Amino acid sequence: MRKFILVLGLLTGAAVGAPAIQQAAAQDQIYVPLLTYRTGPFAGSGIPIADGMRDYLEMLNQRDGGIGGVKIAIEECETGYDTKKGVECYEATKSKNPVVVNPYSTGITLQLIPRASVDKIPILSMAYGLSASADGNTFPWIFNPPVTYWDGASVMVGYMAQQLGGFDKLKGKKLGLIHLDAPYGKEPIPLLQDLSKRYGFELKLYPVPAADMQNQSGIWLGIRRDRPDFIYNQGFGAMNPTAVKEALRNNFPIDKLVGVWWAGGDDDARAGGAEAKGYKSLNFHQAGTNFPVIQDILKNVADKNLSKVDNRNRIGENLYNRGVYNSMLIAEAVRTAQKLTGKKVVNGEDVRRGLENLNISEQRLKELGMEGFAAPVQVSCSDHNGHNKVFMAEWDGSKYVKASDWMAPLKDEVRPLIDSAAKEYAAGNSGWPKRTEACDKAT
Amino acid sequence: MDLIYSIFVDPFLQMAGAPDLLVQTLWEGFVGGILYALIALGFVLIFKASGVFNFAQGIMVVFAALTLVGLYEKGVPAFLALALTIGVMFLIAAAVERVVLRPLVNQPDIILFMATFGLTYLLIGLGEAIFGGNPKVMIAEQLYLPKGAVDIKMLGGVVTLQKIDIAAAVIALAMIACLSVFFQYTRIGRALRAVADSHKAALSVGISLNQIWVIVWFLAGVVALITGIMWGARSDVSFALQVVALKALPVLVLGGFTSIPGAVVGGLIIGIGEKIGEFYWGPLVGGATESWLAYCIALVFLMFRPQGLFGERIIERI
Repeated sequence: MRKFILVLGLLTGAAVGAPAIQQAAAQDQIYVPLLTYRTGPFAGSGIPIADGMRDYLEMLNQRDGGIGGVKIAIEECETGYDTKKGVECYEATKSKNPVVVNPYSTGITLQLIPRASVDKIPILSMAYGLSASADGNTFPWIFNPPVTYWDGASVMVGYMAQQLGGFDKLKGKKLGLIHLDAPYGKEPIPLLQDLSKRYGFELKLYPVPAADMQNQSGIWLGIRRDRPDFIYNQGFGAMNPTAVKEALRNNFPIDKLVGVWWAGGDDDARAGGAEAKGYKSLNFHQAGTNFPVIQDILKNVADKNLSKVDNRNRIGENLYNRGVYNSMLIAEAVRTAQKLTGKKVVNGEDVRRGLENLNISEQRLKELGMEGFAAPVQVSCSDHNGHNKVFMAEWDGSKYVKASDWMAPLKDEVRPLIDSAAKEYAAGNSGWPKRTEACDKAT
Repeated sequence: MDLIYSIFVDPFLQMAGAPDLLVQTLWEGFVGGILYALIALGFVLIFKASGVFNFAQGIMVVFAALTLVGLYEKGVPAFLALALTIGVMFLIAAAVERVVLRPLVNQPDIILFMATFGLTYLLIGLGEAIFGGNPKVMIAEQLYLPKGAVDIKMLGGVVTLQKIDIAAAVIALAMIACLSVFFQYTRIGRALRAVADSHKAALSVGISLNQIWVIVWFLAGVVALITGIMWGARSDVSFALQVVALKALPVLVLGGFTSIPGAVVGGLIIGIGEKIGEFYWGPLVGGATESWLAYCIALVFLMFRPQGLFGERIIERI
């Protein structure tokens, strides 16, 4: 009987003590959940991004022992690019004190925006999500550096003007926007409508329903009839390779089809074969492995079989490097938060400040092994985006190469629209909280 | 007045003004319709023989195409990979009969329908575990499917026919013809029809229900493979393809769940209808009509023929 009581006591002690031990261990870590999608119709884009994000953070753990000496606890949650599942992932990870959440879907981001300030968890929607959330005064918990979709669309218009010989030559021309018929795809429409009025070009919209991503022949018949001068592709997942193939089938000049940065996956262009050479996509980082940061990943993660990449050759692909870039922003925000607070183990509120004070200079990029990989990024208290430069990447038949100089967005056109859209958002959501978070002196 | 003009006059003026584009639209609709018919055929085959609406038909298309490309990527020659994939589809058919259908004999149809849901998720998981979620390029060239296009000058313009689309139409029509002959004139075909008419009567004359189910699921698997190759060649092979398979639903509603000619005619009506609708009337409603127009067309037909164009009229005593 005594033995039985002893065993029972030990088991009870273990049951009560284990979570406490776990909690203690968790307190010495920085918890970064990654909302990823390795399954479903959008997995083609989701897998390389997820791999890149995970591998960079793992590399920091392996090489540096984490950030500032604190290990990063990485946890993936599969969303399937489904908004409902994404919100479930957020709710499931919320109690573990994440320092930042990356929704990786504009639909999920829109759902999380009202929750972020309540839960005190910053949302990093890197170059996606709600463009208006770049307004830090209205959205203190949301960050979308380095560029918004409106910046991207404005660069597209600028590029079209450059190709035609100036903004005055835009009058009477046609720009087609082929886009996923979802919040993500529709995001650039207001800015393009604005710019079309200002510069006198005609904007033609070609929405592609998610169910018909691989069935676009009817839409491309419309494109053939309308004969736009350029097409901007705000597509994702299986929509992109189909668009590239349909452009080729319909004899649309492939060099006049330009994708947003999410339409720049290697698989997107590869599907078109050799004829897809010349397909373009906006980008804010380089592809390839010739950067110390990627070499470090190969050495510290891939060589140790810690990567989920099924084929080592895919490390360095465009969307893989996108994931790396995203995680670099996370790590730099945490590092900045550690510096600002003097704490090693930071929380969501600290990292919000870290994101707001993010300043990644050329020098810092060099220290990170990313010299030439990306352009400097700076975020401020009122500007949570930075409206940084992008360049045109071009598919050379086997990989993306940089095909233009860095191009600045039409910030003067974008910023007023962001301010008014942010005001509109706050007015449309009754009880939207006024910013109470203080700005740090530096910003 | 403008609206009336846009709906009832302008589209027809456009058709008359650019007849080459009308022909091109009809051709695209024809090809799309044939491909829809192929998907619908897989559903019809299984529904005819077992009364089961096979929700897994869409993922069978993806699984078959992924197996083919996956084997090729592992170094198996293209035609051997094709043969092996057909073998895999046979194994799936046998497994489905043994593990899913046989234990559920005499259960209500809804139970069997739900079982095909389970099968769908099993195949999704299996496919992702074996082949990964990355999209793959269909090995169209290695299978000697034609490349390029034929430009035909006509009606003051050019109509472009993609060779792969011509091949898809020919292969699909040949397959449908073969299946019709198989059903009509072979012993197994007649047995399949007997099972479709009445399980009990078929059993009483010595037809093995189990064997028939394996054959019919295998045939649906082969149809899925052909569908996967053709759709995959048009875009790529990814799990998004299973969503396209849902386009078979309005085709089935229109053509009837038990008729092979119904699948073909239904596919063509939906295919041509949605392309014409999207091209001429789509801009009036901001485009993206193809996701719902097919269902509207099916709904209109349902109002007049609830059993579909070629479906059997069901009269039940109450």
